[in-house]
Amino acid sequence: MSNNASSFIAKSTIKSADLEHRRKINFNIGKYNATVPLGKQQFTDVMTARERAKNAKWRAIEHLDSYLEEFEKQITSRGAKVLWAETADDALNEIAKICDEKNCRTVVKSKSMVTEEIHLNDFLEKKGIESVETDLGEYIQQLDDEPPYHIVTPAMHKSKEDVAKLFADKLNVPGGLSPEELTLVARQKLREKYIQAEIGVTGANFIIADIGAVAVTENEGNARLSCAWPKTHIVIVGIEKMIPGMQDLALFWPLLSTYGTGQKVTVYNTIIAGPRQPGETDGPEEMYVILLDNGRTNLLSNPKTREALYCIRCGACLNACPVYKNIGGHSYETTYSGPIGSVITPHLKNIGEYKHLSYASSLCGNCTEVCAVKINLHELLLDNRHEAVLQGYSSLSERLAWKAWKTASLNRGMMNLGNGNMKNWVVNKVFKAWTQHHGALDFSKKTFNEMWKEKHATK
Amino acid sequence: MNVSIFIPCFIDQLYPAVAFDMVKVLEKAGCNVSYNTNQTCCGQPAFNAGFQGEAKDVCTKFLKDFGDAEYVVAPSASCVGFVRNYYGQLFDNSSVHNEVKSLGERTFEFSDFMVNVLQVDNVGARLNGKATYHDSCAALRECKLKKEPRQLLSNVQGLELVEMNDVETCCGFGGTFAVKFEPISIAMADQKINNAVSTDAQYLISTDMSCLMHLGGYIKNKGANLRVMHLAEVLANGWE
Ligand code: SF4
Repeated sequence: MSNNASSFIAKSTIKSADLEHRRKINFNIGKYNATVPLGKQQFTDVMTARERAKNAKWRAIEHLDSYLEEFEKQITSRGAKVLWAETADDALNEIAKICDEKNCRTVVKSKSMVTEEIHLNDFLEKKGIESVETDLGEYIQQLDDEPPYHIVTPAMHKSKEDVAKLFADKLNVPGGLSPEELTLVARQKLREKYIQAEIGVTGANFIIADIGAVAVTENEGNARLSCAWPKTHIVIVGIEKMIPGMQDLALFWPLLSTYGTGQKVTVYNTIIAGPRQPGETDGPEEMYVILLDNGRTNLLSNPKTREALYCIRCGACLNACPVYKNIGGHSYETTYSGPIGSVITPHLKNIGEYKHLSYASSLCGNCTEVCAVKINLHELLLDNRHEAVLQGYSSLSERLAWKAWKTASLNRGMMNLGNGNMKNWVVNKVFKAWTQHHGALDFSKKTFNEMWKEKHATK
Repeated sequence: MNVSIFIPCFIDQLYPAVAFDMVKVLEKAGCNVSYNTNQTCCGQPAFNAGFQGEAKDVCTKFLKDFGDAEYVVAPSASCVGFVRNYYGQLFDNSSVHNEVKSLGERTFEFSDFMVNVLQVDNVGARLNGKATYHDSCAALRECKLKKEPRQLLSNVQGLELVEMNDVETCCGFGGTFAVKFEPISIAMADQKINNAVSTDAQYLISTDMSCLMHLGGYIKNKGANLRVMHLAEVLANGWE
């Protein structure tokens, strides 16, 4: 078992038994479950909407190379600089160069999973640059020195009381503040940072090929400030965020909001097509777009896993996943958790180190059922398992066990061997884990097969 | 109607009575039931573990054992879902492609077969008390069965059917998942049982013995006052 797998088992064991965690998550996801059906009402036919979105993403990913070039051509013509980063280190080096050039001391950033993926905050901190999260949920997580718990709702595992206590501990404000008061505290602290920051960093929800722009979706206005106020704006985005054209936003914006939070449409939706143009009164002087691969082309090169690149990171599959709800976002120890995380992480990183995530599923299929763009998530988990076996990552004992299973399953006689008592003894011993919290299995003295034969022989 | 029954390996080994109950109900509904004594397993366990090569050999045997059947009926949505939805992938572009497709169309989960093929939803069963029905993931999402088992149960005399909260949430079995990731599996069972117990039901009924083996085992350990029953057991109850 890999170290990651052992650590996953340890962490998930603790969380599964943590009833307070269970209560908070069920409460917060319960609120989500109550609003999503309301958001869905805006679609005359939500199934068709999802189908269309899947088709659009299919097109974008099948022609990713030409769409990326089109994007680059368009946005460069308006003065933005496009940088291609094959790895996390490449991206970080580019950012370091820009920071050095601008003598940057403070960065404000909006919520972005890609910056989590490349560990941007740690990197900047080591360079002596303060990197401030401006999304309230991310700000809370940064104060608590924790990675986001959820790709859409970073502090989902914290109650409002938890947040009030955290603010009192870290920001020297009175304890027991209400959510409104807490928001005002954060707002005040963050406004100062916007003024200080030389650079604003954002992610992007979509890359738009035809007009050469990125689209950013948010509820707090912090991403707008992050990209428009500082003199320099850096966008870091995974190449799979591509959509063919601006017209597609009419579908993707409401779809993302509905599946992400149950809203009809998110409060702020911004299209950014370059730095400040001549004659414009606001916007940054310079804009950089870093297009990140970091393993995404591994998913692209395999026709089966390619579908995973359609993901718009709405988080619906996490909220629908009973495993996620029981073990929480941190047990995965990956940037992307939940079903989509278990599907992509082995390919983004390393199959041997992360294949356990593909097995840590009861295959209930609820992720596939809810996915905004209809990715066959649970089947992709099965494909990952197969891939792991093909690449030789199974243990010898597993291989022997399945060989033996096959021999027995091809030979009916073998399945009738041994009486019930013996089977009881063997199985309850071998599957010790089973009997820990289950009553022992009770094998029948005879199999149905034997009983049927006896019954019908005498007829 | 000629029905060839498929008895999944764990029912064959652990719960033969459930299989006999299904036979009893099918016969009452007018079927001519046969059982190919060569049969073993549908191949799902190895497939789910990633061992598709091993699975494929066993699936090939299943194809042979049931190739001639008019209808194949099984007391398990899990196995039926696998045959219907995954055999196609395994034998994609192969010489048996059409055979596989046709077998999928002739293979039914027990309640699906009763309600949608035989169009029988009342066999005169009786069971006194309160029951709650657990949607197995395979019945709900692989076979798209929601109303069929409930329709059959609503015609059982003496039985009051109550719905539990989060009825569509997985019980946590998931085959080897229940052993490899036992603590997660158990936490899921715990929530399922809490929801079932809050309905005050005496019986927890489902289409799938795999869920019930897991939940029943957990109940035994936890000591809840709830009895698990397969749908076939309920329908075979109270008449001879
Ligand atoms: S896989 Fe689907 S449901 Fe999950 S985050 Fe991506 S788009 Fe949303």
